[in-house]
Amino acid sequence: MAASSQKSTENPPTPDKLPVPAAPKPAAGAPPPKKEPEAPPFEKGLVEEIKKKFGESIKVIFVKPLRIKIQVEPRDIVEVATFLRDSMGFDHAESAGGTDYPKENQIEVIYHLGSYTREDLGAHILSLTARTSRDDARLPTLINVYKSVEYHERETFEMLGVYFEGHPRNERFLLPEDWADIPPLRKDFRIKGR
Amino acid sequence: MTSLEDKFEESKKLGLQIVRESEEDRLMTLSVGPQHPGSGHFRFTVKVDGDYIVYCDPDPGYVHRGEEKMCEYRNVIQNIPHLERPVIHDSSNITYSYSLAIEELAGIEVPRRGQYIRALASELNRQVYTLYWLAIYGIFLGHSTMFMWPTGDRELFIDLLEVLTGARVTHAFNIPGGVRNDIPDGFKERCLRQMRYFQKRLKEYEDIFYNMPLFRQRTEGVAVLSKEDAIKLGVAGSVVRASGVPYDIRKAEPYDIYNEIDFKVQYMKTGDCFARSYVPFLDMQESCHIIEQLLDKMPQSGEVRAKLQPNPKGPPGETYRRVESGRGALGYYIVSDGTPKPYRVKISVGSFRNMLALPYLLVGQKLADMPAVYWSLNYWPVEADR
Repeated sequence: MAASSQKSTENPPTPDKLPVPAAPKPAAGAPPPKKEPEAPPFEKGLVEEIKKKFGESIKVIFVKPLRIKIQVEPRDIVEVATFLRDSMGFDHAESAGGTDYPKENQIEVIYHLGSYTREDLGAHILSLTARTSRDDARLPTLINVYKSVEYHERETFEMLGVYFEGHPRNERFLLPEDWADIPPLRKDFRIKGR
Repeated sequence: MTSLEDKFEESKKLGLQIVRESEEDRLMTLSVGPQHPGSGHFRFTVKVDGDYIVYCDPDPGYVHRGEEKMCEYRNVIQNIPHLERPVIHDSSNITYSYSLAIEELAGIEVPRRGQYIRALASELNRQVYTLYWLAIYGIFLGHSTMFMWPTGDRELFIDLLEVLTGARVTHAFNIPGGVRNDIPDGFKERCLRQMRYFQKRLKEYEDIFYNMPLFRQRTEGVAVLSKEDAIKLGVAGSVVRASGVPYDIRKAEPYDIYNEIDFKVQYMKTGDCFARSYVPFLDMQESCHIIEQLLDKMPQSGEVRAKLQPNPKGPPGETYRRVESGRGALGYYIVSDGTPKPYRVKISVGSFRNMLALPYLLVGQKLADMPAVYWSLNYWPVEADR
Protein backbone atom coordinates (compact mmCIF):
# COMPACT_ATOMS: atom_id res chain seq x y z
CA MET A 1 0.00 0.00 0.00
CA ALA A 2 2.70 2.40 1.04
CA ALA A 3 4.84 1.42 -1.89
CA SER A 4 2.05 2.03 -4.37
CA SER A 5 1.31 5.47 -2.97
CA GLN A 6 5.01 6.24 -3.11
CA LYS A 7 5.12 5.28 -6.72
CA SER A 8 2.11 7.34 -7.69
CA THR A 9 3.63 10.52 -6.27
CA GLU A 10 6.58 10.28 -8.62
CA ASN A 11 6.47 12.62 -11.55
CA PRO A 12 5.14 11.13 -14.77
CA PRO A 13 7.61 11.17 -17.67
CA THR A 14 7.58 14.61 -19.21
CA PRO A 15 7.14 14.96 -22.95
CA ASP A 16 10.58 16.41 -23.49
CA LYS A 17 12.18 13.28 -22.03
CA LEU A 18 10.43 10.95 -24.43
CA PRO A 19 12.28 11.59 -27.73
CA VAL A 20 15.68 11.29 -26.08
CA PRO A 21 16.31 7.58 -26.83
CA ALA A 22 15.92 8.31 -30.55
CA ALA A 23 18.45 11.13 -30.45
CA PRO A 24 21.91 9.96 -31.50
CA LYS A 25 23.92 12.40 -29.36
CA PRO A 26 24.11 11.02 -25.77
CA ALA A 27 26.55 8.21 -25.13
CA ALA A 28 25.09 4.86 -24.13
CA GLY A 29 24.21 4.71 -20.45
CA ALA A 30 24.47 8.45 -19.90
CA PRO A 31 21.34 10.04 -18.42
CA PRO A 32 19.36 12.10 -20.90
CA PRO A 33 20.21 15.79 -20.60
CA LYS A 34 17.51 17.51 -18.59
CA LYS A 35 15.98 20.42 -20.38
CA GLU A 36 15.66 23.55 -18.25
CA PRO A 37 12.49 25.51 -18.81
CA GLU A 38 13.20 28.67 -20.72
CA ALA A 39 13.68 31.70 -18.43
CA PRO A 40 11.37 34.61 -19.15
CA PRO A 41 13.10 37.44 -21.06
CA PHE A 42 12.48 40.26 -18.57
CA GLU A 43 13.97 38.34 -15.66
CA LYS A 44 16.83 37.22 -17.89
CA GLY A 45 17.55 40.85 -18.71
CA LEU A 46 17.72 41.72 -15.02
CA VAL A 47 20.18 38.91 -14.39
CA GLU A 48 22.28 39.98 -17.36
CA GLU A 49 22.44 43.48 -15.95
CA ILE A 50 23.75 42.21 -12.62
CA LYS A 51 26.18 39.85 -14.30
CA LYS A 52 27.53 42.61 -16.49
CA LYS A 53 28.44 44.58 -13.42
CA PHE A 54 29.85 41.85 -11.19
CA GLY A 55 30.84 39.10 -13.60
CA GLU A 56 31.56 35.66 -12.29
CA SER A 57 31.50 36.50 -8.60
CA ILE A 58 27.73 36.14 -8.71
CA LYS A 59 26.14 32.73 -8.84
CA VAL A 60 22.66 32.66 -10.32
CA ILE A 61 20.74 29.90 -8.54
CA PHE A 62 17.54 30.16 -10.56
CA VAL A 63 15.59 32.49 -12.81
CA LYS A 64 11.86 31.78 -12.71
CA PRO A 65 8.92 33.95 -13.67
CA LEU A 66 8.88 36.84 -11.15
CA ARG A 67 11.53 35.22 -8.96
CA ILE A 68 15.31 35.44 -9.17
CA LYS A 69 17.78 34.01 -6.73
CA ILE A 70 21.42 34.93 -6.72
CA GLN A 71 24.21 33.96 -4.38
CA VAL A 72 27.16 36.17 -3.61
CA GLU A 73 30.32 35.93 -1.58
CA PRO A 74 29.93 37.46 1.90
CA ARG A 75 32.57 40.10 1.16
CA ASP A 76 30.65 41.31 -1.91
CA ILE A 77 27.18 41.42 -0.41
CA VAL A 78 27.15 45.09 0.58
CA GLU A 79 28.43 46.18 -2.81
CA VAL A 80 25.90 44.04 -4.67
CA ALA A 81 23.05 45.22 -2.47
CA THR A 82 24.03 48.84 -3.04
CA PHE A 83 24.02 48.25 -6.78
CA LEU A 84 20.62 46.54 -6.62
CA ARG A 85 19.18 49.45 -4.69
CA ASP A 86 20.70 52.33 -6.62
CA SER A 87 20.81 51.05 -10.18
CA MET A 88 18.10 48.40 -10.36
CA GLY A 89 15.35 49.87 -8.20
CA PHE A 90 15.03 47.18 -5.54
CA ASP A 91 14.35 49.71 -2.84
CA HIS A 92 13.33 47.67 0.19
CA ALA A 93 13.78 44.25 1.73
CA GLU A 94 10.55 42.42 2.37
CA SER A 95 12.10 39.92 4.65
CA ALA A 96 15.36 38.38 5.62
CA GLY A 97 15.91 35.01 7.14
CA GLY A 98 18.15 32.05 7.04
CA THR A 99 18.27 28.34 6.48
CA ASP A 100 20.55 25.90 8.23
CA TYR A 101 22.29 23.23 6.13
CA PRO A 102 24.19 21.02 8.60
CA LYS A 103 25.27 18.55 5.90
CA GLU A 104 27.21 21.27 4.12
CA ASN A 105 28.11 22.90 7.43
CA GLN A 106 26.69 26.15 6.14
CA ILE A 107 23.99 28.66 6.91
CA GLU A 108 22.33 30.49 4.08
CA VAL A 109 21.06 33.98 4.79
CA ILE A 110 18.45 35.19 2.33
CA TYR A 111 17.13 38.69 1.69
CA HIS A 112 13.92 39.03 -0.30
CA LEU A 113 14.18 42.33 -2.11
CA GLY A 114 11.22 44.07 -3.69
CA SER A 115 10.44 47.36 -5.31
CA TYR A 116 7.86 50.01 -4.52
CA THR A 117 9.15 52.63 -6.92
CA ARG A 118 9.50 50.69 -10.17
CA GLU A 119 6.09 49.58 -11.35
CA ASP A 120 7.43 46.85 -13.65
CA LEU A 121 9.24 45.28 -10.69
CA GLY A 122 6.20 45.33 -8.40
CA ALA A 123 5.58 41.60 -8.75
CA HIS A 124 9.23 40.61 -8.67
CA ILE A 125 11.23 39.33 -5.76
CA LEU A 126 14.97 39.13 -5.99
CA SER A 127 16.46 36.79 -3.43
CA LEU A 128 19.95 37.84 -2.46
CA THR A 129 21.73 35.13 -0.54
CA ALA A 130 25.09 34.52 1.01
CA ARG A 131 26.43 31.47 2.75
CA THR A 132 28.55 31.37 5.85
CA SER A 133 30.12 28.64 7.92
CA ARG A 134 28.05 27.19 10.76
CA ASP A 135 30.96 27.21 13.18
CA ASP A 136 31.69 30.90 12.93
CA ALA A 137 28.61 32.37 11.31
CA ARG A 138 29.35 35.96 10.38
CA LEU A 139 28.12 38.21 7.63
CA PRO A 140 28.34 41.94 6.96
CA THR A 141 25.10 43.69 7.81
CA LEU A 142 22.96 45.28 5.11
CA ILE A 143 21.44 47.79 7.51
CA ASN A 144 23.23 50.70 5.84
CA VAL A 145 21.82 49.73 2.47
CA TYR A 146 18.38 48.54 3.47
CA LYS A 147 17.11 50.11 6.67
CA SER A 148 14.21 47.68 6.56
CA VAL A 149 16.37 44.68 7.47
CA GLU A 150 17.12 45.96 10.96
CA TYR A 151 14.68 43.73 12.84
CA HIS A 152 14.94 40.87 10.41
CA GLU A 153 18.68 40.64 10.96
CA ARG A 154 18.20 40.79 14.69
CA GLU A 155 15.75 37.93 14.41
CA THR A 156 18.16 35.95 12.24
CA PHE A 157 20.91 36.54 14.78
CA GLU A 158 18.96 35.02 17.62
CA MET A 159 17.19 32.29 15.65
CA LEU A 160 20.19 31.05 13.65
CA GLY A 161 23.16 32.52 15.44
CA VAL A 162 24.48 34.55 12.52
CA TYR A 163 26.44 37.54 13.78
CA PHE A 164 25.93 40.58 11.56
CA GLU A 165 29.10 42.64 11.57
CA GLY A 166 28.27 46.30 11.83
CA HIS A 167 24.72 45.81 13.07
CA PRO A 168 24.30 47.93 16.20
CA ARG A 169 22.20 45.42 18.08
CA ASN A 170 23.03 41.75 17.73
CA GLU A 171 20.94 40.88 20.75
CA ARG A 172 17.85 39.14 22.10
CA PHE A 173 14.64 40.10 20.34
CA LEU A 174 11.77 37.60 20.23
CA LEU A 175 13.02 34.86 22.56
CA PRO A 176 12.70 35.06 26.34
CA GLU A 177 15.38 37.04 28.15
CA ASP A 178 16.59 33.96 30.04
CA TRP A 179 16.91 31.79 26.92
CA ALA A 180 20.04 29.67 27.33
CA ASP A 181 20.17 27.21 24.49
CA ILE A 182 21.50 27.04 20.97
CA PRO A 183 19.73 29.16 18.33
CA PRO A 184 16.40 27.41 17.85
CA LEU A 185 16.13 27.42 14.07
CA ARG A 186 19.35 25.46 13.69
CA LYS A 187 18.66 21.89 12.75
CA ASP A 188 20.40 20.40 15.78
CA PHE A 189 17.93 22.13 18.07
CA ARG A 190 15.12 19.68 18.69
CA ILE A 191 11.71 20.53 20.08
CA LYS A 192 11.47 18.73 23.40
CA GLY A 193 9.67 15.41 23.17
CA ARG A 194 9.91 15.16 19.40
CA MET B 1 23.13 89.78 42.93
CA THR B 2 25.00 86.55 42.60
CA SER B 3 24.36 84.39 39.62
CA LEU B 4 23.40 80.77 39.81
CA GLU B 5 26.88 79.82 38.66
CA ASP B 6 28.46 81.77 41.54
CA LYS B 7 26.16 80.13 44.01
CA PHE B 8 27.21 76.76 42.72
CA GLU B 9 30.91 77.60 43.11
CA GLU B 10 30.26 78.95 46.58
CA SER B 11 28.46 75.84 47.65
CA LYS B 12 31.38 73.71 46.48
CA LYS B 13 33.74 75.72 48.71
CA LEU B 14 31.44 75.13 51.65
CA GLY B 15 31.59 71.42 50.93
CA LEU B 16 27.95 71.10 50.05
CA GLN B 17 27.01 68.33 47.65
CA ILE B 18 24.83 70.07 45.14
CA VAL B 19 24.32 68.06 41.99
CA ARG B 20 23.11 69.83 38.91
CA GLU B 21 20.35 68.33 36.87
CA SER B 22 21.72 66.49 33.89
CA GLU B 23 19.99 65.82 30.61
CA GLU B 24 19.32 62.24 31.69
CA ASP B 25 17.54 63.39 34.85
CA ARG B 26 14.92 65.14 32.84
CA LEU B 27 13.90 61.93 31.10
CA MET B 28 11.45 59.45 32.50
CA THR B 29 11.36 55.89 31.25
CA LEU B 30 7.95 54.33 30.83
CA SER B 31 7.30 50.73 30.04
CA VAL B 32 4.17 50.22 27.94
CA GLY B 33 2.81 46.70 27.97
CA PRO B 34 2.80 43.75 27.75
CA GLN B 35 -0.19 43.84 30.08
CA HIS B 36 -1.38 47.22 28.97
CA PRO B 37 -4.78 46.77 27.33
CA GLY B 38 -3.80 49.12 24.55
CA SER B 39 -0.59 47.45 23.57
CA GLY B 40 -1.89 43.93 23.09
CA HIS B 41 0.82 41.45 24.18
CA PHE B 42 3.54 43.83 23.13
CA ARG B 43 5.95 45.86 25.17
CA PHE B 44 7.79 48.96 24.24
CA THR B 45 9.87 51.30 26.30
CA VAL B 46 9.47 55.02 25.82
CA LYS B 47 11.47 57.84 27.35
CA VAL B 48 9.62 61.08 27.81
CA ASP B 49 10.94 64.57 28.28
CA GLY B 50 8.00 66.31 29.87
CA ASP B 51 5.16 65.46 27.52
CA TYR B 52 7.22 64.50 24.52
CA ILE B 53 8.54 61.09 23.55
CA VAL B 54 12.26 61.21 22.85
CA TYR B 55 13.06 57.52 22.61
CA CYS B 56 11.18 54.32 21.84
CA ASP B 57 12.36 50.75 21.78
CA PRO B 58 9.98 47.91 20.85
CA ASP B 59 10.38 44.64 22.68
CA PRO B 60 8.22 42.00 21.01
CA GLY B 61 8.16 38.30 21.69
CA TYR B 62 5.56 37.85 24.42
CA VAL B 63 3.44 35.70 22.14
CA HIS B 64 6.25 34.08 20.21
CA ARG B 65 5.18 30.52 19.51
CA GLY B 66 7.91 29.25 17.24
CA GLU B 67 5.57 28.68 14.31
CA GLU B 68 8.47 28.37 11.88
CA LYS B 69 10.13 25.63 13.89
CA MET B 70 6.83 23.80 14.40
CA CYS B 71 6.33 23.67 10.64
CA GLU B 72 9.47 21.59 10.25
CA TYR B 73 7.99 18.80 12.38
CA ARG B 74 4.65 18.37 10.63
CA ASN B 75 3.67 17.57 7.10
CA VAL B 76 2.22 20.26 4.91
CA ILE B 77 -1.44 19.55 5.70
CA GLN B 78 -0.91 19.24 9.46
CA ASN B 79 0.66 22.68 9.44
CA ILE B 80 -2.52 24.52 8.49
CA PRO B 81 -4.37 24.69 11.83
CA HIS B 82 -1.42 25.97 13.82
CA LEU B 83 -0.34 28.44 11.14
CA GLU B 84 -3.55 30.42 11.52
CA ARG B 85 -3.05 30.99 15.25
CA PRO B 86 -0.86 34.10 14.83
CA VAL B 87 -3.79 36.04 13.48
CA ILE B 88 -7.03 34.28 14.10
CA HIS B 89 -9.12 37.22 12.84
CA ASP B 90 -7.55 36.86 9.42
CA SER B 91 -7.03 33.14 9.37
CA SER B 92 -8.04 32.66 5.74
CA ASN B 93 -5.38 35.03 4.48
CA ILE B 94 -2.55 33.63 6.55
CA THR B 95 -3.15 30.15 5.17
CA TYR B 96 -3.77 31.49 1.66
CA SER B 97 -0.17 32.25 0.76
CA TYR B 98 0.93 29.06 2.48
CA SER B 99 -1.43 27.13 0.21
CA LEU B 100 -0.14 28.99 -2.85
CA ALA B 101 3.44 28.13 -1.94
CA ILE B 102 2.71 24.45 -1.34
CA GLU B 103 0.76 24.26 -4.60
CA GLU B 104 3.69 25.70 -6.48
CA LEU B 105 6.13 23.27 -4.88
CA ALA B 106 3.97 20.19 -5.32
CA GLY B 107 2.56 21.20 -8.71
CA ILE B 108 -1.09 21.20 -7.69
CA GLU B 109 -3.70 22.79 -9.96
CA VAL B 110 -6.61 24.39 -8.16
CA PRO B 111 -10.09 24.19 -9.76
CA ARG B 112 -11.49 27.57 -10.73
CA ARG B 113 -14.45 27.38 -8.40
CA GLY B 114 -12.08 26.60 -5.57
CA GLN B 115 -10.02 29.66 -6.42
CA TYR B 116 -13.10 31.86 -6.30
CA ILE B 117 -14.32 30.46 -3.01
CA ARG B 118 -11.05 30.91 -1.25
CA ALA B 119 -10.71 34.45 -2.52
CA LEU B 120 -14.23 35.02 -1.18
CA ALA B 121 -13.36 33.57 2.22
CA SER B 122 -10.24 35.73 2.34
CA GLU B 123 -12.12 38.91 1.49
CA LEU B 124 -14.74 38.19 4.16
CA ASN B 125 -11.96 37.52 6.60
CA ARG B 126 -10.20 40.74 5.74
CA GLN B 127 -13.39 42.57 6.72
CA VAL B 128 -13.48 40.71 10.04
CA TYR B 129 -9.93 41.74 10.79
CA THR B 130 -10.32 45.35 9.72
CA LEU B 131 -13.51 45.77 11.75
CA TYR B 132 -11.79 44.38 14.82
CA TRP B 133 -8.88 46.72 14.29
CA LEU B 134 -11.22 49.66 13.78
CA ALA B 135 -13.04 48.84 17.02
CA ILE B 136 -9.77 48.94 18.95
CA TYR B 137 -8.66 52.11 17.21
CA GLY B 138 -11.97 53.72 18.15
CA ILE B 139 -11.88 52.81 21.82
CA PHE B 140 -8.29 53.96 22.24
CA LEU B 141 -9.18 57.34 20.91
CA GLY B 142 -11.99 57.47 23.45
CA HIS B 143 -14.79 56.86 20.97
CA SER B 144 -16.83 54.07 22.49
CA THR B 145 -19.47 54.03 19.74
CA MET B 146 -16.72 53.14 17.32
CA PHE B 147 -15.94 50.21 19.53
CA MET B 148 -19.53 48.96 19.66
CA TRP B 149 -20.51 49.34 16.02
CA PRO B 150 -17.67 47.48 14.29
CA THR B 151 -17.74 44.79 16.97
CA GLY B 152 -21.40 44.27 16.26
CA ASP B 153 -21.12 44.40 12.48
CA ARG B 154 -18.18 42.04 12.62
CA GLU B 155 -20.69 39.40 13.67
CA LEU B 156 -22.27 39.61 10.23
CA PHE B 157 -19.09 38.40 8.62
CA ILE B 158 -18.34 35.90 11.34
CA ASP B 159 -21.80 34.41 10.83
CA LEU B 160 -21.26 34.27 7.08
CA LEU B 161 -17.94 32.55 7.57
CA GLU B 162 -19.52 30.17 10.06
CA VAL B 163 -22.07 29.15 7.44
CA LEU B 164 -19.33 28.84 4.85
CA THR B 165 -16.60 27.10 6.81
CA GLY B 166 -18.18 25.70 9.96
CA ALA B 167 -16.06 27.68 12.39
CA ARG B 168 -16.36 31.20 13.67
CA VAL B 169 -12.77 32.38 13.73
CA THR B 170 -10.18 29.70 13.01
CA HIS B 171 -11.52 28.07 9.87
CA ALA B 172 -8.60 26.11 8.38
CA PHE B 173 -10.59 26.59 5.19
CA ASN B 174 -7.97 27.53 2.60
CA ILE B 175 -5.85 24.47 2.05
CA PRO B 176 -3.39 23.41 -0.63
CA GLY B 177 -5.53 22.36 -3.58
CA GLY B 178 -8.51 24.62 -2.95
CA VAL B 179 -10.98 24.92 -0.11
CA ARG B 180 -12.29 22.38 2.34
CA ASN B 181 -15.95 22.40 1.28
CA ASP B 182 -18.38 23.97 -1.14
CA ILE B 183 -20.64 26.96 -0.61
CA PRO B 184 -23.93 26.03 1.10
CA ASP B 185 -27.31 26.74 -0.49
CA GLY B 186 -28.59 30.27 -0.23
CA PHE B 187 -25.20 31.66 0.72
CA LYS B 188 -24.98 34.03 -2.20
CA GLU B 189 -28.28 35.75 -1.46
CA ARG B 190 -27.50 36.07 2.20
CA CYS B 191 -24.04 37.40 1.50
CA LEU B 192 -25.28 39.99 -0.98
CA ARG B 193 -28.03 41.11 1.38
CA GLN B 194 -25.60 41.61 4.24
CA MET B 195 -23.14 43.37 1.98
CA ARG B 196 -25.82 45.91 1.02
CA TYR B 197 -26.54 46.51 4.69
CA PHE B 198 -22.87 46.79 5.52
CA GLN B 199 -22.22 49.35 2.82
CA LYS B 200 -24.92 51.54 4.36
CA ARG B 201 -23.27 51.10 7.72
CA LEU B 202 -19.91 52.14 6.35
CA LYS B 203 -21.41 55.52 5.42
CA GLU B 204 -22.53 55.88 9.03
CA TYR B 205 -19.05 54.99 10.24
CA GLU B 206 -17.69 57.77 8.13
CA ASP B 207 -20.16 60.28 9.51
CA ILE B 208 -19.75 59.45 13.14
CA PHE B 209 -16.04 58.71 13.25
CA TYR B 210 -13.96 59.84 10.31
CA ASN B 211 -15.78 63.14 9.87
CA MET B 212 -15.83 63.96 13.54
CA PRO B 213 -13.78 67.12 14.26
CA LEU B 214 -12.30 65.63 17.44
CA PHE B 215 -11.00 62.60 15.61
CA ARG B 216 -9.62 64.75 12.85
CA GLN B 217 -7.78 66.94 15.34
CA ARG B 218 -6.19 63.99 17.02
CA THR B 219 -5.00 62.35 13.83
CA GLU B 220 -4.50 64.88 11.07
CA GLY B 221 -0.89 65.90 10.70
CA VAL B 222 0.19 63.60 13.52
CA ALA B 223 3.22 61.37 12.98
CA VAL B 224 3.69 61.92 9.28
CA LEU B 225 5.54 59.21 7.39
CA SER B 226 6.83 60.56 4.10
CA LYS B 227 6.81 58.50 0.95
CA GLU B 228 10.61 58.24 0.85
CA ASP B 229 10.80 57.09 4.45
CA ALA B 230 7.98 54.60 4.00
CA ILE B 231 9.86 53.01 1.11
CA LYS B 232 13.13 53.06 3.01
CA LEU B 233 11.59 51.45 6.08
CA GLY B 234 9.91 48.86 3.87
CA VAL B 235 6.55 49.13 5.62
CA ALA B 236 3.63 47.20 4.19
CA GLY B 237 -0.06 47.30 3.50
CA SER B 238 -2.19 50.24 4.54
CA VAL B 239 0.80 52.04 6.08
CA VAL B 240 2.71 52.28 2.82
CA ARG B 241 -0.51 53.03 0.90
CA ALA B 242 -1.27 55.89 3.27
CA SER B 243 2.11 57.39 2.39
CA GLY B 244 1.36 57.59 -1.29
CA VAL B 245 2.59 54.26 -2.64
CA PRO B 246 -0.28 52.51 -4.44
CA TYR B 247 1.00 49.02 -3.79
CA ASP B 248 -1.31 46.09 -3.30
CA ILE B 249 -0.26 42.50 -3.95
CA ARG B 250 -3.70 41.76 -5.38
CA LYS B 251 -2.90 44.27 -8.13
CA ALA B 252 0.89 44.07 -8.32
CA GLU B 253 1.10 40.29 -8.44
CA PRO B 254 -2.44 38.97 -8.94
CA TYR B 255 -2.82 35.51 -7.50
CA ASP B 256 -5.59 33.04 -8.33
CA ILE B 257 -8.46 34.96 -9.98
CA TYR B 258 -7.69 38.50 -8.85
CA ASN B 259 -6.76 39.55 -12.38
CA GLU B 260 -10.41 38.96 -13.34
CA ILE B 261 -11.69 41.28 -10.62
CA ASP B 262 -12.11 44.97 -11.22
CA PHE B 263 -11.03 47.05 -8.25
CA LYS B 264 -8.96 50.09 -7.37
CA VAL B 265 -5.95 50.27 -5.09
CA GLN B 266 -6.95 52.74 -2.42
CA TYR B 267 -4.23 55.05 -1.25
CA MET B 268 -3.65 58.50 0.21
CA LYS B 269 -0.74 60.88 0.04
CA THR B 270 -0.62 62.63 3.39
CA GLY B 271 1.01 59.81 5.40
CA ASP B 272 -0.37 60.97 8.74
CA CYS B 273 -2.37 59.03 11.32
CA PHE B 274 -5.61 59.98 9.61
CA ALA B 275 -4.47 58.55 6.28
CA ARG B 276 -3.28 55.38 7.97
CA SER B 277 -6.64 54.93 9.65
CA TYR B 278 -8.70 55.92 6.61
CA VAL B 279 -7.01 53.64 4.06
CA PRO B 280 -8.22 50.43 5.78
CA PHE B 281 -11.71 51.94 5.74
CA LEU B 282 -11.46 52.57 2.00
CA ASP B 283 -10.19 49.02 1.66
CA MET B 284 -13.32 47.77 3.37
CA GLN B 285 -15.49 49.59 0.82
CA GLU B 286 -13.42 48.16 -2.01
CA SER B 287 -13.60 44.72 -0.47
CA CYS B 288 -17.42 44.86 -0.56
CA HIS B 289 -17.25 45.40 -4.33
CA ILE B 290 -14.78 42.56 -4.68
CA ILE B 291 -17.07 40.21 -2.73
CA GLU B 292 -20.03 41.11 -4.96
CA GLN B 293 -17.99 40.48 -8.08
CA LEU B 294 -16.63 37.20 -6.76
CA LEU B 295 -20.14 35.94 -6.10
CA ASP B 296 -21.24 37.08 -9.56
CA LYS B 297 -18.39 35.68 -11.59
CA MET B 298 -18.00 32.41 -9.72
CA PRO B 299 -18.54 29.28 -11.82
CA GLN B 300 -21.89 27.84 -10.79
CA SER B 301 -20.67 24.30 -10.41
CA GLY B 302 -17.53 22.27 -10.40
CA GLU B 303 -14.87 20.94 -8.12
CA VAL B 304 -13.71 23.12 -5.26
CA ARG B 305 -10.66 21.14 -4.35
CA ALA B 306 -7.98 19.25 -6.24
CA LYS B 307 -7.49 15.66 -5.29
CA LEU B 308 -4.31 15.35 -3.27
CA GLN B 309 -1.95 12.54 -2.46
CA PRO B 310 -2.01 11.43 1.19
CA ASN B 311 1.18 13.38 1.82
CA PRO B 312 1.56 16.04 -0.85
CA LYS B 313 5.16 16.67 -1.74
CA GLY B 314 7.14 17.83 -4.69
CA PRO B 315 10.69 17.76 -5.89
CA PRO B 316 13.27 19.67 -3.81
CA GLY B 317 12.98 23.37 -4.38
CA GLU B 318 12.01 26.63 -2.82
CA THR B 319 9.44 29.30 -3.34
CA TYR B 320 8.29 32.65 -2.02
CA ARG B 321 4.60 33.40 -2.42
CA ARG B 322 2.61 36.25 -0.96
CA VAL B 323 -0.90 37.58 -0.70
CA GLU B 324 -2.35 40.87 0.47
CA SER B 325 -3.65 40.35 3.99
CA GLY B 326 -5.39 42.86 6.23
CA ARG B 327 -1.99 44.09 7.37
CA GLY B 328 -0.12 44.09 4.10
CA ALA B 329 1.93 41.60 2.16
CA LEU B 330 2.01 38.20 3.79
CA GLY B 331 4.65 35.96 2.31
CA TYR B 332 5.87 32.45 2.86
CA TYR B 333 9.36 31.38 1.99
CA ILE B 334 9.32 27.61 1.90
CA VAL B 335 12.28 25.35 1.25
CA SER B 336 11.41 21.75 0.47
CA ASP B 337 13.87 18.86 0.43
CA GLY B 338 11.47 16.49 -1.28
CA THR B 339 9.96 15.00 1.88
CA PRO B 340 6.38 15.63 3.03
CA LYS B 341 7.65 17.95 5.78
CA PRO B 342 8.91 21.39 4.80
CA TYR B 343 12.63 21.86 5.39
CA ARG B 344 12.28 25.50 6.30
CA VAL B 345 9.30 27.84 6.52
CA LYS B 346 9.82 31.55 6.90
CA ILE B 347 6.75 33.68 7.40
CA SER B 348 7.14 37.28 6.35
CA VAL B 349 4.34 39.34 7.85
CA GLY B 350 3.30 42.94 7.48
CA SER B 351 3.12 43.51 11.23
CA PHE B 352 6.77 42.68 11.73
CA ARG B 353 7.71 45.11 9.00
CA ASN B 354 5.45 47.87 10.28
CA MET B 355 6.96 47.58 13.76
CA LEU B 356 10.09 49.26 12.41
CA ALA B 357 8.09 52.42 11.83
CA LEU B 358 6.97 52.65 15.45
CA PRO B 359 10.16 54.10 17.04
CA TYR B 360 10.58 56.23 13.96
CA LEU B 361 7.11 57.77 14.24
CA LEU B 362 6.77 58.01 18.01
CA VAL B 363 9.88 60.08 18.64
CA GLY B 364 8.85 63.71 18.80
CA GLN B 365 5.18 63.00 19.45
CA LYS B 366 3.25 63.77 22.60
CA LEU B 367 2.68 60.86 24.94
CA ALA B 368 -1.06 61.33 24.59
CA ASP B 369 -0.78 60.65 20.86
CA MET B 370 0.87 57.30 21.44
CA PRO B 371 -2.29 55.16 21.04
CA ALA B 372 -3.29 57.03 17.90
CA VAL B 373 0.12 56.40 16.35
CA TYR B 374 0.53 52.86 17.59
CA TRP B 375 -2.79 51.52 16.33
CA SER B 376 -2.59 53.44 13.08
CA LEU B 377 0.28 51.15 12.12
CA ASN B 378 -2.19 48.31 11.65
CA TYR B 379 0.05 46.27 13.85
CA TRP B 380 -0.93 42.90 15.26
CA PRO B 381 1.60 41.80 17.91
CA VAL B 382 0.73 38.12 17.79
CA GLU B 383 1.37 38.02 14.08
CA ALA B 384 4.64 39.90 14.39
CA ASP B 385 5.92 37.41 16.96
CA ARG B 386 4.73 34.32 15.07
